[in-house]
Amino acid sequence: MNGVHDMGGMHCMGPIQYEKNEPVFHAAWEGRIYALNRAMRAWRKWNLDTDRHALELMPPADYLRMSYYERWVGRLADQVVQYGLVTSEEMESGKPAPGAPKVAPALTAAMSSGFLTRGILSSRDPKVQPLFKVGQRVRARNINPASHTRLPRYARGRTGTVMRDHGVYSFPDTNAHFLGEKRQHVYSVRFASRELWGEGASPRDFVHIDMWDDYLERP
Amino acid sequence: MARSKTGPVGRRGFLKGAAASAAALVAEPRVGNAQEPQNHDHDHQAVPSDLTLRVKALESLLVEKGLVDPAALDALVDTFEHKVGPRNGARVVARAWVDPAYKKRLVTNAAAAIAELGYTSGQGEHMVAVENGPKVHNLVVCTLCSCYPWPVLGLPPVWYKSAPYRSRAVIDPRGVLREFGLQLEGDVEVRVWDSTAELRYLVLPERPAGTANMTEDELAALITRDAMVGVAKVAAPRPGVSA
Repeated sequence: MNGVHDMGGMHCMGPIQYEKNEPVFHAAWEGRIYALNRAMRAWRKWNLDTDRHALELMPPADYLRMSYYERWVGRLADQVVQYGLVTSEEMESGKPAPGAPKVAPALTAAMSSGFLTRGILSSRDPKVQPLFKVGQRVRARNINPASHTRLPRYARGRTGTVMRDHGVYSFPDTNAHFLGEKRQHVYSVRFASRELWGEGASPRDFVHIDMWDDYLERP
Repeated sequence: MARSKTGPVGRRGFLKGAAASAAALVAEPRVGNAQEPQNHDHDHQAVPSDLTLRVKALESLLVEKGLVDPAALDALVDTFEHKVGPRNGARVVARAWVDPAYKKRLVTNAAAAIAELGYTSGQGEHMVAVENGPKVHNLVVCTLCSCYPWPVLGLPPVWYKSAPYRSRAVIDPRGVLREFGLQLEGDVEVRVWDSTAELRYLVLPERPAGTANMTEDELAALITRDAMVGVAKVAAPRPGVSA
């Protein structure tokens, strides 16, 4: 979707605010909401792509106004109701419904270190054939879905070169909407900055973007 | 502006009963600046913020329902506050500087080379190391969200996730680097890596001059997070300080 999250190339966002000796979390609640998100995803009612898409659906003004972890608070509260883990009455009152059964957590303390080391799916799958080769010229498709995509606006319709085949990954555009993993090859595609931004860009600048097969076509 | 911390965060008025009643007991919530990076509550404030109360209420509901184990949350917070961070990445870079065979493995199969040193975790299974040189400078960004190589650098700083950095790193990388105090010569090639998929990028900075006699540990101490994201170079040791 063409949301405000897709920021590459926008102007007027102000200077970069650098904080020296920045703490990992700026307040205890940031660490708790970070951990709650990780722990609740272990229920496997939603995935990383739905997580990302949920933030993209926020009204743009809210997205820009809220801090990073503040966005996560509303997202998690919405998700647990939307995916049936908590009722809206429980969310209103902050208390479990009378007589509601207590479940066992999906993620225990003992598991949580293993949870960190458990990899995402292997990127090697010989059954999935690549549609493009290293060295090949490719064009990013000009698509504008109102749904989730990881093809940034600034690259659409632009031509680049496949530099590396990273193997096979789930396709976020379908996975975010529970329409299947549609596993396919992801490539590092190199775009000249002048192709992306015009003659004003330095001829020695390049942007490398990771692209799924479905984002690419022959120029 | 005043509504920035008082309106409901979600689309439903969630946890009104729990958080709002507690919030009513405290004074005016602290109002953040509209600019994203400063929009953080700090835990040194005298009264709990609205977000503190909301997250507490959400956690207690999820714990009471048995959906989360508070000890698992403690373990996750502890991991990212104390166990994972840029010191891991610095060990990887220092090893690559002193061991050419390791460096070769790092740039061809970064995930395996990083795992050799014992660093693995979420968001880092598919690592890519990109090497700086006299005429090549690499810079990492995630324009769409906040993707970052957790196992080697920990969680990203606020500026990395902020609109100013995400918007400009791809269109004006040299301007961004100048803002960080790094002026590149015109003949240096700039490679920006936009982390749009599940690949995570680590910049392998150049080893500075004057470090020939330093040990791997001494080298690791020179290597900064910023250099491994590509917004800085590793500075040469100050004369007389070490080596």
